Amino acid sequence: MLDNLLAFLILAGAAFTFIGSLGLARLRDFYTRLHGPTKATTLGVGSLLVASAIHFSTRGEGISLHEVLVTLFLFITAPVSAHLLAKAALHLRLASLAPAPEEEAPARQGDASPEER
Amino acid sequence: MLSVVIPIAFTLVALAVALNFWRLLVGPSLPDRILALDTLYVNTIALLVLLGIHLGSALYFEAALLIALMGFVGTVALCKYLLRGDIIE
Repeated sequence: MLDNLLAFLILAGAAFTFIGSLGLARLRDFYTRLHGPTKATTLGVGSLLVASAIHFSTRGEGISLHEVLVTLFLFITAPVSAHLLAKAALHLRLASLAPAPEEEAPARQGDASPEER
Repeated sequence: MLSVVIPIAFTLVALAVALNFWRLLVGPSLPDRILALDTLYVNTIALLVLLGIHLGSALYFEAALLIALMGFVGTVALCKYLLRGDIIE
């Protein structure tokens, strides 16, 4: 039972890690490429770390807490680095698949028209 | 069961590392290369954890934790350099 759970977690983790890198290699612009590593890879590595925690906690040497530390750190830092990377890409004005937004947002009703400003 | 699954997992993560290297070499822009490096260190943590399970040794978690810390600092430093032209202002 426990062996099957471990095998499932390890396979799922490795598969998600691979899918994340596949997204990094195959998608077509930087902003879509950002999705693969930041979501799929984080989930994959988290799953592998949970499998490792279960494996080392059930060997009869007490609960193993190293993995929890690594998992927490990864789950906190992955969004931060993704945010910084997106900011850097926007700063460098990388080409995007999405159409660029209008230069001036259309004035809502009740707002001052652009000519009056 | 584990002895069957672990080699498959090693193969998948190694393929992921190879794809990251490809993006690191090809990547048309600098953020692409930084993203490839970022993914490389996360995948290295995955490889280390798998090696720890495979060898039954808890020694590798310190290495994984160090790689996580240093990788994050490196990514943030490179992004700050791209954003501000300077790392520590």
